Amino acid sequence: MQFRLEKRREPSRFMLYATPIAAVVLTMVIGAIIFSLIGFNGIGAVREIFLTPLTNPYKWQDLAVKAAPLIIIGVGLSVAYRANVWNIGAEGQYIIGGLAGTWVALLTWGMTGWWILPLMILAGIAGGMLYAAIPALLKTRLNVNEILTSLMLTYASVQLIYYLIRAPWKDPMGMGFPQTRLFSEAARLPTVIPGTIVHLGVPIAIVVALIAWFVMTKTVFGYRMRVVGAAPQAARYGGFSETKTIWLAMLVSGAFAGLAGVLEVAGPFQRMVPGFPTNYGFTAIIVAFLGRLSPLGVLLGGVVLAITFVGGEVAQTTIGLPNAATGIFQAMMLFFLLAGDILIKYRLRRVVPQAEARAA
Amino acid sequence: MELTLVLAILVTVVGASTPILLAALGELVVERAGVLNLGVEGMMLIGAIAGFVVQFHTGNPYLALLAGAAAGLCASLIFGFLTLSLSANQTATGLALTIFGTGFSALAGASYSARPVTLMQPLFPLELATHPVGKVIFGYAFPIYFAFFMVVAIWYFLHRTRAGLILRAVGENDQSAHSIGYSVIGVRYLAVMFGGAMAGLAGACFPLLLTPQWAERMTAGRGWIAVALVVFASWKPFRLLAGAYLFGLVMTMELYAKAGGGPLSAIPSELWAALPYLATVIVLVLISIRRDATTNAPACLGKPFLPSN
Repeated sequence: MQFRLEKRREPSRFMLYATPIAAVVLTMVIGAIIFSLIGFNGIGAVREIFLTPLTNPYKWQDLAVKAAPLIIIGVGLSVAYRANVWNIGAEGQYIIGGLAGTWVALLTWGMTGWWILPLMILAGIAGGMLYAAIPALLKTRLNVNEILTSLMLTYASVQLIYYLIRAPWKDPMGMGFPQTRLFSEAARLPTVIPGTIVHLGVPIAIVVALIAWFVMTKTVFGYRMRVVGAAPQAARYGGFSETKTIWLAMLVSGAFAGLAGVLEVAGPFQRMVPGFPTNYGFTAIIVAFLGRLSPLGVLLGGVVLAITFVGGEVAQTTIGLPNAATGIFQAMMLFFLLAGDILIKYRLRRVVPQAEARAA
Repeated sequence: MELTLVLAILVTVVGASTPILLAALGELVVERAGVLNLGVEGMMLIGAIAGFVVQFHTGNPYLALLAGAAAGLCASLIFGFLTLSLSANQTATGLALTIFGTGFSALAGASYSARPVTLMQPLFPLELATHPVGKVIFGYAFPIYFAFFMVVAIWYFLHRTRAGLILRAVGENDQSAHSIGYSVIGVRYLAVMFGGAMAGLAGACFPLLLTPQWAERMTAGRGWIAVALVVFASWKPFRLLAGAYLFGLVMTMELYAKAGGGPLSAIPSELWAALPYLATVIVLVLISIRRDATTNAPACLGKPFLPSN
């Protein structure tokens, strides 16, 4: 039996939404098979990674806390990717956002006041935007590839953390550990559900996704992003400047990554540590694609990826699955999703051999 | 400065440059065929762990190199299948391959961390390398000479052979190449596989030439620098050689500054560590100031091929 791809007259909306679901399901099935073949408990791994975080209510708070930064960064990236601007340095912008927030927290250390936290958040957003402005400037002025510059800046920002927490920002009471002092009460993100670890960043993530959805679907800004990405020729004809769009896309995605960074440092971390680069910036790329570059989709995509993170930790303690397995499951999901994309524009047709066709 | 020190630096620079050069040569061929594979970093990590494991169990560095290349090739087939057979987005698929390679190598290497292997020995008898000048010429292991050879071989292939002409035609104008009967997808598959093997080989050089152990993410972004170098070299093999050595120098400057003393040694080590990445950005900027960086880029770079008939 042979199959042939046949171009659809218009892209299939059904496939657009069905393929992400299929990608997750396929990842579970193929993942179970592969992990069994290489000597792990494959079915156990899939159960622990994908189901335990959902069935165990104690894990829900972890899910919310992990999903929040992924959603915030993912929303920003989805806006940029829609406009065909490949910001893949969100991790670096997240780090600079976290560092900018840390800076404010250290300057105001020991002080109290309602204004400290908002100031930190503004600093974080500004930090992320500023760091994204470098690739934007180089891209618009000199046509330097934004993929390479944003990524190189990520590697540089990691070294900046190491430098700051080893020398100027080092905790004087830290017994030599390379980390900043613990933030004062006023610089920590409050929890929103008493008795849990669910901090203010979680509702912020949901609000951010909803606002972004509104902006992308109902405003000229969103229209501009979508048109420039989908039909650059038409966009030029329609008077949308490409340069301005690149700037907007980079700054918006940088601002969101910076926001996620400052919320993480003021929330779960409460101080800057060497472990702050958490790879959320890279995982958010998968979130953005899984969410079909739509803010509401990203909300779901963020939850799915958070499940794999939380589940990966579960599988590590319960069945001894190495932590790296999470990354493999996440990458597989993206592979299947990208492979499935062809079904949006093409349909799979069974090729009936000539002789058989004539007989029928 | 003493001649001995200069020569010693030269030897270190050559070693540090080789993995980048090998990976960049592979990517150059891939891009010349019109495909942008951003998974170099991932394929290098897969090559690094494959090479490490084989070296650890057999102690045969040539088998280890071969394993690295084979592993990189296998990884590139995932990319090839998605982008060439299913016309998936090349940028996204390359990123996915890097994420996959990072996870895969970490999983495969989980039980090998902090276990030493032996570094690969120089190719020529040690007597030839006793004098410092002799060491600069004869003091290296096989991959360093192989990388040199590949610079020339790839230049010759691209510019002097019929197959190279076809490959460039596929990268410059896939529709015409298709219409005169060449298999665009076939040529691109071969190029992608070659690039994967080179990236895998480059990855295997990390445990064999540089640090004799396995560490997660040990390639530390060198794969991305290799991709940037291809742009820097405007898709020309000999410029790639110069670019890779320049980067090797930047990467070993810390050692050189520490050894030389003076004001350079006061610079924080984190700045030295960030320098190769910052240098990449600066180099990309300089290239673009000099002329439009994309003038020399293969015309079909990054675009999926769909025959128009």
